[in-house]
Amino acid sequence: MNLESSGTSDLQIVAVKEARIDAAVAIRFKDRMRELTASGAPHVVLDLGEVDFMDSSGLGAIVAAMKQLGATRRLDLAALRPNVEKVFRLTRMDSVFTIHDDIAQAHAIYADG
Amino acid sequence: MPDHFRLVFTGTALAVRAALKELIATLAAEGRDDYLRSTTEIVLGEILNNIVEHAYGPDRQGEVELCCESGQDALWFTIRDHGAPMPGLCLPPGRLAPVDGARQDLPEGGFGWFLVHRLANDLEYCRDAGCNRLRFAIPYRRNPEMNARGPVAE
Repeated sequence: MNLESSGTSDLQIVAVKEARIDAAVAIRFKDRMRELTASGAPHVVLDLGEVDFMDSSGLGAIVAAMKQLGATRRLDLAALRPNVEKVFRLTRMDSVFTIHDDIAQAHAIYADG
Repeated sequence: MPDHFRLVFTGTALAVRAALKELIATLAAEGRDDYLRSTTEIVLGEILNNIVEHAYGPDRQGEVELCCESGQDALWFTIRDHGAPMPGLCLPPGRLAPVDGARQDLPEGGFGWFLVHRLANDLEYCRDAGCNRLRFAIPYRRNPEMNARGPVAE
């Protein structure tokens, strides 16, 4: 499960360098997210630009990753592809996350804040 | 779609990935649209992974058979495995947990059967001679979302 982390102590970008977040990798994704976000940045943005498919296990793992941040840190999403956006929308989980069109938009918002 | 498409594969998450890839590639080669391909992948992904995780498991291995036929208005699927039976011998209803509560109460599961019921029609499960059989249809045109007053414009 290839995740790449970048950013600052305030804004961490985690890019998923995989085409699928599904049952085959959901647990590894959750574990890697816990490791990568242990640094404690208050805002984390998950870049899903390369993810073409996410199933219910993947969605659950993303929710778990958000819970792992605790009550005050944020996990936003960016660059959702149509197949992935569809699953968030159908399950109404798109209302739970702030979703950015792309990473540049996320940067712009947090640069102002 | 050739009128009849059939795959048999081992009940593992990686074999499910490969099976989905082959099925979706076949649909693409047939010129099926984005809606049908993405809906098929979502529904089949949930059903097949459910078999891997629950019908089979660490103590029980086995094969899965996927059959698909092109109907007039839908793709008709029959999925067979010889794993453990569905609890209560019936399909989970797939109700979504509420998402408007506290963060720590957000659901991490229960999405799969909701998606299946939302996107597939005529779901039918039966158990016979140690075999699970699940049949369902994925319509070529999206199901309208329904509320109490009827279809909701998307």
